[in-house]
Amino acid sequence: MANSIMFCILAVVILGSAVMCVTTTRIMRAATFMLFVLFGVAGLYFLLDYTYLGAAQISVYAGGVTMIYVFAIQLVSKRTLQGLTERMKGSRILWGGLLALIGCVTVILVLWKNQYVMAGMMTPDVEVPMKDIGQALVGAGKYEYVLAFEFISLFLLACIIGGLMVARKEDNK
Amino acid sequence: MVPVQYYFVLSALLFFIGVFGFITRRNLIAMLISVELILNAVDINFAVFNRLLFPSSMEGMFMTLFSIGVSAAESAVAIAIIINVYRNFKSDSVDSIKNMKW
Repeated sequence: MANSIMFCILAVVILGSAVMCVTTTRIMRAATFMLFVLFGVAGLYFLLDYTYLGAAQISVYAGGVTMIYVFAIQLVSKRTLQGLTERMKGSRILWGGLLALIGCVTVILVLWKNQYVMAGMMTPDVEVPMKDIGQALVGAGKYEYVLAFEFISLFLLACIIGGLMVARKEDNK
Repeated sequence: MVPVQYYFVLSALLFFIGVFGFITRRNLIAMLISVELILNAVDINFAVFNRLLFPSSMEGMFMTLFSIGVSAAESAVAIAIIINVYRNFKSDSVDSIKNMKW
């Protein structure tokens, strides 16, 4: 019962913030509403008893990625901060809404009509132990992920170096 | 517990709100924010599939974890490109970019 109430609150927060995020014309507000969406998704992970995933979501997404966005908005555009440049075109909103509606109805019908074996409904509400997560993350056996872990750390390093190279000012030759 | 279909409906709605934003907006940063919404919807699906349908394994959880890492890297590179575009074109709208080379 408490789970259902929490799920309803989180769903309202996520969907309301997402709609506000894509409809507002001011970029700073869009970034703020995206922060609320990310917190709502982290709450969903906590509701699913994936506390480590929720913590990672909050620290990486809400802490890191949102900071990058705010930094870029401040750096890029004074005019969009004041809500001057962006204007919505009516036909584009119509076509976008139509496409999103059709796709949404199709996907929801497929997912709703499907029959699922609800194995997880019988499991008690216990969180996945941190020891299992750590061992699976850096173990090299079956169903363990040390290669992906190392690869993603290398990937992140390459992306940061690439971002610095792209964003750096050209020095006067 | 909440039935698994409700989570799927929530993530499908979030996904298509993101698609709608990606189609309608013409600001580069707003489009990137819409992409983040789409990625989050997919992450919810991974975690829910794993937890409610296959609770004994952890594949979906690690997929979500790696997806969070990849999207952080992706947004860092995209922000760098956007800053560079703004420096060269003095605009952050996609309509301002006429050619890839100048």
